[in-house]
Amino acid sequence: MSAHVKSGFKEWIFTTDHKRIGILYLVGSITAFCLSGIMAVLIRLELWSLGPTITDDPTTYNVWLYMHGAVMILGFQIPALTGWFANYLAPLQIGAKDVAFPRLNAFSLWLFWAGVVLALLTFVVPDPPDVMWTGYPPYSVVTSGNTALYSFTVLVMGFSSIAGGINLIATIIFMRAPGMAWGKLNMFIWTVLAAFTIQLIFVPVLGSAVTMVLFDKYLGATFFNPGMGGDVLIYQNLFWFYSHPAVYVILLPGIGMIFEIVATFSRNRIFNFKVAVYGGVGVLVLITGEVWVHHLYTSGLADWLRVFQMVTTLMISVPVGILMISLVGTLRGGAIDYKTPMLYGVGFIFVFLVGGLTGIPLAMASLDLAVHDTHFVVAHFHFVMAVSMTFAIMGGTYYLFPKMSGRMYSETLGRTGFWLFLIGVFVTFGTMFFVGLDGMPRRYYDYQMFPQLENLHKVQTIGTMIIGLAVITILISWIHGLVAGEKAPSNPWGSRSLEWDTTSPPGPGNFGGRSIVVPDDWDPYCYDKPGRTL
Amino acid sequence: MKKIFMALTAAFMLHTASAKSVFANEGRKAGAIADPAEGWSRLFHEVLVDVTIMGVIFAAITIYYMLKYKRKSPDQVGSCKKLSAAQMWGWALIPAFVFMADDFFLAANTWSLWNIYRKPPAGSYEIEVRAEMWSWNFIYPGGAAAVNELRVPAGKPIALRMTSSDVVHSLYLSDFKVKEDCMPGRVTYYWFYPKVPGEHVLTCTEYCGAMHSGMYGKVIVMPQEEFDNWLKKETKA
Repeated sequence: MSAHVKSGFKEWIFTTDHKRIGILYLVGSITAFCLSGIMAVLIRLELWSLGPTITDDPTTYNVWLYMHGAVMILGFQIPALTGWFANYLAPLQIGAKDVAFPRLNAFSLWLFWAGVVLALLTFVVPDPPDVMWTGYPPYSVVTSGNTALYSFTVLVMGFSSIAGGINLIATIIFMRAPGMAWGKLNMFIWTVLAAFTIQLIFVPVLGSAVTMVLFDKYLGATFFNPGMGGDVLIYQNLFWFYSHPAVYVILLPGIGMIFEIVATFSRNRIFNFKVAVYGGVGVLVLITGEVWVHHLYTSGLADWLRVFQMVTTLMISVPVGILMISLVGTLRGGAIDYKTPMLYGVGFIFVFLVGGLTGIPLAMASLDLAVHDTHFVVAHFHFVMAVSMTFAIMGGTYYLFPKMSGRMYSETLGRTGFWLFLIGVFVTFGTMFFVGLDGMPRRYYDYQMFPQLENLHKVQTIGTMIIGLAVITILISWIHGLVAGEKAPSNPWGSRSLEWDTTSPPGPGNFGGRSIVVPDDWDPYCYDKPGRTL
Repeated sequence: MKKIFMALTAAFMLHTASAKSVFANEGRKAGAIADPAEGWSRLFHEVLVDVTIMGVIFAAITIYYMLKYKRKSPDQVGSCKKLSAAQMWGWALIPAFVFMADDFFLAANTWSLWNIYRKPPAGSYEIEVRAEMWSWNFIYPGGAAAVNELRVPAGKPIALRMTSSDVVHSLYLSDFKVKEDCMPGRVTYYWFYPKVPGEHVLTCTEYCGAMHSGMYGKVIVMPQEEFDNWLKKETKA
């Protein structure tokens, strides 16, 4: 990095610098993304035609599905958003020299890497886990697959997340530069604070659920064995009591990053900022623990509970709608420059719109009875979470690329990657809605009973190939930028936010020895006055 | 922007007001049985119209802004207007109430349909379902049994009582728009209404291991007489 800092192998491994830790999170999560992306390609190739296509062993296919789901969520999205973005950006945006507990930060990073290694062991152990990322008992207890690997991966990632959460929450509360009042914070900071609050409350619930599975399978406990007084539904309730909030742990920092990108490239104030923070981010945190039953509409829970949580689930449209209005309102009156990060920013709006609106029929319990656990759901959550948040991660990484590397990426490669990605997504997951409405259940190795869907499956596989091409283009653009990119100025986008008020890349202590004092009239989105250096 | 927003609100209100009760009770003869699958199709169509209006308006506004506010010179900055207190509250409360109004409208319709789904009509023909890795066992009153083929008489509401002898499965009748999980240690139920003879696909929609996708079969809807003969034969055997 900076000339006066050594950057040998040892310095990276033992680093406690939040920026390097952030970058190591990025490397880990992109590795996880590529691996589970390869799983996605294998899955789609298998579904190319009726009957066995590239493997004749359904269990192999189920292991790919497990890897794809578990690693995309636990190894890619959560670490990329709460590890890479939050670690790199949060201290810079609040004017801090580092996080509150730098060594705890390094500890959570290496726990995350341990989790990635555990997930990779799936390829090595003789009976790899085949329990999907949900790990429902009794199947996860009776299977010959290695459920312990699943439980330990979840636990290790969970510990990493809790340590990171305590660290970032403490940092945001106590490490803000003098004068950086709560009212002057960036949108991204609010979303990180919200995401980690949710994470701290709900991760232990997931930890307890997978530990109970571990006890049932290996130590003879009977939590989920009805023959011995247990109940199979306890797990599903515990699991989704965490895993629905987990969606917001992913969604919130992602949307915060999209807000930063859209405000910077529109050179405009975030529309109705306070309402977006309190009514959008705040209400999402409040509502997140009361909607998990929509994952269990067909699990035979009490009717009143299903109807009650249908109402709370539909109410999610209020905070999310307010956030979307703020996002689109920020474009209004702006001066929009469509650089690669901004393409992901506005692309996010459309992808998220499709995902959000198709969530409405799924929230309605009666309609869900037909489409639950079909490809319709798979298409919905890929739009609303998987792809929209990958857009946030890609866009955010392009956005921060000059800051973290000190070099510019190639716009041509960046834009090509974006358009391939967008087209691939709509071809793959747009088609998937129709396959789901025709009754195709998810997690199917074969679809002998629906031979008429073969052509639509072929279209999806082709779409996946386009996405694969997009990801390769994106990786090439990053490597090209690192090796041959032009030198980046300290503020290439002309942003008014504090993280650009330092060299690219920032040295240790972030602001070159300056002690940041934030003036009274500071506003990270103030473009109507000339920019200044603090 | 205000005009556009007014138009959005008006479109919603009109749509909500013009949509009468969309579920199956409407226009039905007294005493006739409501078909959940028909109610499903009607409500789904209604929601499709609803979300399409919302999506198109939202996307159109976004595209309009995206084109109109392109940066023309490198130094250009946005207008950075601050909202007044009234505008701030207006932009919070009005959208919140519009969204909530739509939510409650949809929830009320879903609830009505839910009550039809969850209350099997009196006189339903009851069949027991026992799922296992990886087949469906159907047990008829009188003891006749079938595997992976659910034969039912046409024109009669069919109620299923379901359980599982090993892991969680889910019996999905895609043409009848219904499914529910089958679990060990719990009994779940639903009903459906096959009206005309024919064959339909039944599948498992809860992941249950290697042969999850092989756990499929047929719903065979037969004329009452044919069904009675089949049942008699099977019961004797």
